[in-house]
Amino acid sequence: MKMIRAIIQPHRLEAVRDALTQRGIMGMTVFEARGYGRQRGHTEVYRGAEYQVAFRPKIVADLVVPDNQVDDATDAIVSAAKSGSVGDGKIFIFEVGDAIRIRTGDRDENAL
Amino acid sequence: MRRFRPVRSIPAATRRPMVAAALGLVAGTVAAQPAAPAIDTGDTAWMLVSAALVLLMTPGLALFYGGLVRGKNVLGTMMQSLAAMALVGVLWVVCGYTIAFGSDLGHVVGAFDYLLLRGVGGDPLDGQSIPHLLFVAFQGMFAIITPALIGGAVAERMKFKAFLLFMLLWVLLVYAPLAHWVWGSGGWLLELGALDFAGGTVVHISSGFSALIACLMLGRRRGFPGEPILPHNLPLVILGAGLLWFGWFGFNAGSALAANGTAALALVTTHVSAAAGALAWLLYDWIKHGRPTALGTVSGAVAGLVGITPAAGFVSPAAAIALGAVTSLGCVTFVTWRTRRGIDDSLDAFGIHGVGGTIGALLTGVFASHNAAGLLTGDARQFGIQIVGVVATYVYVGIVTFILLKVLQGAVGLRVTVEEEMIGLDQTQHGEAGYSM
Repeated sequence: MKMIRAIIQPHRLEAVRDALTQRGIMGMTVFEARGYGRQRGHTEVYRGAEYQVAFRPKIVADLVVPDNQVDDATDAIVSAAKSGSVGDGKIFIFEVGDAIRIRTGDRDENAL
Repeated sequence: MRRFRPVRSIPAATRRPMVAAALGLVAGTVAAQPAAPAIDTGDTAWMLVSAALVLLMTPGLALFYGGLVRGKNVLGTMMQSLAAMALVGVLWVVCGYTIAFGSDLGHVVGAFDYLLLRGVGGDPLDGQSIPHLLFVAFQGMFAIITPALIGGAVAERMKFKAFLLFMLLWVLLVYAPLAHWVWGSGGWLLELGALDFAGGTVVHISSGFSALIACLMLGRRRGFPGEPILPHNLPLVILGAGLLWFGWFGFNAGSALAANGTAALALVTTHVSAAAGALAWLLYDWIKHGRPTALGTVSGAVAGLVGITPAAGFVSPAAAIALGAVTSLGCVTFVTWRTRRGIDDSLDAFGIHGVGGTIGALLTGVFASHNAAGLLTGDARQFGIQIVGVVATYVYVGIVTFILLKVLQGAVGLRVTVEEEMIGLDQTQHGEAGYSM
């Protein structure tokens, strides 16, 4: 059981969700976030002055899947979130120790 | 120059005292005219609405300024405007009005005859056709927004207590005397013939220049320049600018003090100047920075509104287009320069109101063609008088504001601590949060 944390461009979120759903992968929690990597900042203009804004808006999407779905899920995310330019984002994969469904008390992969 | 404008609406019987007043005679010398001035219901209805419109500008300003600061200072910034409504609302009735519009003392200030509005009732003043009380109310709305404008220069770092005391003293010692000079019967700038239709000097130069002095004395915000300190909510700014534009029709067209042709002219010139100002800044941003920005568009609209304020009832709609565009470009030039120089007039209170008010007051002396004449219509002297009015306002406002702030700095301190500034004014000054999860 793994947690997949995808940091993506905000406007790619719907495409990522569709791609995951098509492959039968359900459930995701998203956060609005700000950050930068190689893309660095961008320029904004306020009353004639240009400002370098270091942190760009991003979406962090967390999903937890059984081990055998990890490749499927990451393929789906990469295919939907990729534009080819700097700033497309990153995916991190973590081991998950346990999971509990609050309504039923189901454990582990039964809780997904 | 409000006394010029009602001429066309005044009944024939009272026209003579009006003209005498326009020539600069003290009202007292013509008070013995037999015909009592009469109330005009049309004028009164329009002025009741105008007074309400002008009040609406102050919450509009609260939104305009509130959106421009960071989220942690949104309430602190809006409270500066709200506090002006509360404080000056009372102050004007107690003694502000009489200092501005009481019997003339030496052409510089009004006497205390209208203290607590004693003797002010439903009868009109000489040369007016609306209840005296309504004139008090209309003028009171101007006295509220003027000190609130100063808040833009000291945003995100001034102690609330210091700002409140500053507004109290500033309205009594700067605004009210200045209003007397320009609009009060017997005021020296009125007698000199200075043209200020709705407050280019009294409202915009006075608040703008005080704002510049205040931001220089207070010092820059932590992190300015260097760190980008960006507006947290531009939709609030746009809503505020919309309310300002709307309320400004009362501010300028209401300054005709009557529902007549001059009011219609002022409404049209105000609207056109705002539009031209918005268009000029929009195009400037587009050409210079590659994008037409929303903040630039509304900033240009406000610059156009400021610029037309002294001129609204004196210039043609065509001149108002030029005036709005020139004022807007003058403001954006200054604002860009001051940011590069590291002057933290945070929300451009001087950059828009001071600069725009100055350009407008001077251009009034160039373009005046209705009820007055300017440089382009053959009266070079009027342009000279406009310069005198502008310079006198700068000198008086500069000196008194500087002294006031020095006194307050010693008495209560002007600036919040570094820690309070980092946490934000909402929490440290008001114990509230503008936004919670």
